[in-house]
Amino acid sequence: MPFQIVVLWTDWLVYLLALVIACAVVYVRGREHLRAPWRRVVQSRSGMVGLTILALFVVTGFLDCLHFRPRLAATEQSTTARYSVEVLSVLDLALERIRTNREKTYSAPLATHLFSKETIERPDGTQVRDYPRLKYGGASLPDEEGAWTVSVLHAGVGGAACGTVIWLLLAALIAACIAQSGGTTLGRAWEQIWSGGSDVSWKAVLITALVFCVLGGIAVALAAEYHVLGTDKVGQDVLYQTLKSVRTALVIGTLTTLVMLPFALALGIAAGYFGGWVDDTIQYVYTTLNSIPGVLLIAAAVLMMQVYIDGHPELFPTAAQRADLRLLFLCIILGVTSWTGLCRLLRGETLKLKELEYIQAAHAFGVRHHRIISRHILPNVMYLVLISVVMEFSGLVLAEAVLSYVGVGVDPSMNSFGTMINNARLEMARDPMVWWSLAAAFTFMVTLVLAANLFADAVRDAFDPRIGMINPFAAKQRLKPIGKAA
Amino acid sequence: MIRYIIRRILYAIPILLGVNIITFALFFLVNTPDDMARMQLGAKRVTPDAIERWKQERGYDKPLIYNDKESGIGRIVQTVFFDKSLRMFAFEFGRADDGRDIAREIRMRMGPSLAVAVPAFFVGLLIYLTLGLGFAFFRATYVDFWGVVACVVAMSISSMFYIIGGQYVIGKLWNLVPVSGFSGGFDAWRFVVLPAAIGVLGSFGASTRLYRTFFLEEIGRDYVRTARAKGLSEVAILFRHVLKNAMIPILTGVVVAIPFLFIGGLITESFFGIPGLGSYTIDAINSQDFAVVRSMVFIGSLLYVAGLLLTDISYTLVDPRVRLS
Repeated sequence: MPFQIVVLWTDWLVYLLALVIACAVVYVRGREHLRAPWRRVVQSRSGMVGLTILALFVVTGFLDCLHFRPRLAATEQSTTARYSVEVLSVLDLALERIRTNREKTYSAPLATHLFSKETIERPDGTQVRDYPRLKYGGASLPDEEGAWTVSVLHAGVGGAACGTVIWLLLAALIAACIAQSGGTTLGRAWEQIWSGGSDVSWKAVLITALVFCVLGGIAVALAAEYHVLGTDKVGQDVLYQTLKSVRTALVIGTLTTLVMLPFALALGIAAGYFGGWVDDTIQYVYTTLNSIPGVLLIAAAVLMMQVYIDGHPELFPTAAQRADLRLLFLCIILGVTSWTGLCRLLRGETLKLKELEYIQAAHAFGVRHHRIISRHILPNVMYLVLISVVMEFSGLVLAEAVLSYVGVGVDPSMNSFGTMINNARLEMARDPMVWWSLAAAFTFMVTLVLAANLFADAVRDAFDPRIGMINPFAAKQRLKPIGKAA
Repeated sequence: MIRYIIRRILYAIPILLGVNIITFALFFLVNTPDDMARMQLGAKRVTPDAIERWKQERGYDKPLIYNDKESGIGRIVQTVFFDKSLRMFAFEFGRADDGRDIAREIRMRMGPSLAVAVPAFFVGLLIYLTLGLGFAFFRATYVDFWGVVACVVAMSISSMFYIIGGQYVIGKLWNLVPVSGFSGGFDAWRFVVLPAAIGVLGSFGASTRLYRTFFLEEIGRDYVRTARAKGLSEVAILFRHVLKNAMIPILTGVVVAIPFLFIGGLITESFFGIPGLGSYTIDAINSQDFAVVRSMVFIGSLLYVAGLLLTDISYTLVDPRVRLS
């Protein structure tokens, strides 16, 4: 299928972020003192559970960042290539079936009939009010008792079995890698994984992967025949919506940090290092920004941006590009309101570092300011940056939902957990209740945020030098090797 | 002490002025009043006349910062900046789009906001502190472990789920309290209980865990070891020493929040239909009533500055070593 590649603004930034992370990984790999804390992260069981789940979300989100416009079928009037106004992503291609199979309106998860009664015309001409069959959900199912149960069970068991097989392959692959790098046999490596003797907490990774492989297998098997999580008001598959929402959540959680990091780093270190009027000015700026309640500042900024977007429709060729620009603006605005916390931390840390002997010595040798900052101060405050970046992520994902509810979040046409919850609110009032949209958004969002929290805690425990006092569990883990030596 | 307070209040003026300039820039420079008028009027009814009338009704027809048609002080006074931004220092907020006086509306809506926010705040604080201290007492045991797990799970759930779930289970399924609404007088408790309880639940995870961290940080200090060496019981150490010393970091977060009780929970109020300042703000955002949003930004920052001052004063109350000068 011919297509035209579309790179949205947020896509560029996501690619940039991926590049930065890749560079950081390469940089850290070569340096033992930087690897040490990461080794503690990968040893932490809860951290690895979080990381595995996050990786799944990131893959989903990244596939959704590769956008293109499919080419329209050539018509007689025009010979030049024309492209659809609809911007699709690679994820859309993978979900082609559930994206295009639209029902008429609500239907419950795995249902074969519509949620509301309609007048149906029978073959013999009479009319009855009944729940009509779905166009796609269970369409091939014969009209008899028990057929549904058999079909669902069949698909479910088959999917679970496939998932387990995939998981076994994955586990074997990991064991083979361990055996290869450790120079042991495959069986020994397998034992090592399950006894917890390896450097990485593979057991946690594999158990998490097993759960998700089985669940994923079941979902894929059922999705071929049914709407696994039901359909919404306009008949769109809820599973599709939730999977599309992942990108929005991840973009908000990560790009906001990417936007605010330069501000926080430059201003925080400058304030702490130079002191004097620089410090006063920067402190004044962040106290002022801080004193405006976050939601209100964001609301004011988003309202104003909306006025601008409405006033300049010619700048946006497709609806997706308009929604994307709004998302980017939202990230920038969230970044502008959230850099103050990190800035204050960095300022305090720089104030402390500046008085240390090695920096005084560097001064005495006549080393220039920018060199002191880049060689001595920046590496020593990076742990603060890393901790606050991972800690901030889950808060931002939650904030998106609230902002979308208030009406200053992402574009209403964009899939996000916030818009799903917002719509679900009205559905809850129906009788009988339409619960599946809310349940889907709830499950995915809690999984994502919980995973992020677990990972963030592991990172904090590994990087924060004060943590030994605060977290007795982390302290116990860390003290173990010393105890053995003694 | 009084001199310190006066100095802090004077220090607040440049901050509030800064807030004013930011909001002014956002509302009038990024988009001119003409843009706003066009958006409010909708695409169909935009004529130059209509825009002029819209601006005149709301007093946006003056020059933005400098009026060269007037003389003397009028050059500064007869401007949008003076009318819409500087007048807020005298609590003159002007009128909302529906013609009501914003200042009066704010006074009226303060009561319901406080009725929900104050009980939630104090009950919540009591619960979080008790649990935080409890987890610190049982540190590194299963009680502590599962307590922290519960906190992490609780803080991973969006507050909107608590609200929707609470409304459904308690209001609709069990029919214990009305799902939403508000009434004055003594009857108000029936409307207040659920939002307050959900407010407490909503920040349970994050707060309890934070307080536990503060307590554990204090427990690791030398004076606690000394107290143990003297033979004090663990309970006495926790209540008499650790709790008191942990008050400083706790107060830093808590006291700043007190003035915001006036604004109440934005989301909670609008879900429960409580006619407080939070729902007022949300309604204003939804109907794009710029005057109200601007006023609430100003009030919010005023309360924040007041909160900072209160925090400093509260330090002197819990820690005799702190002297304000």
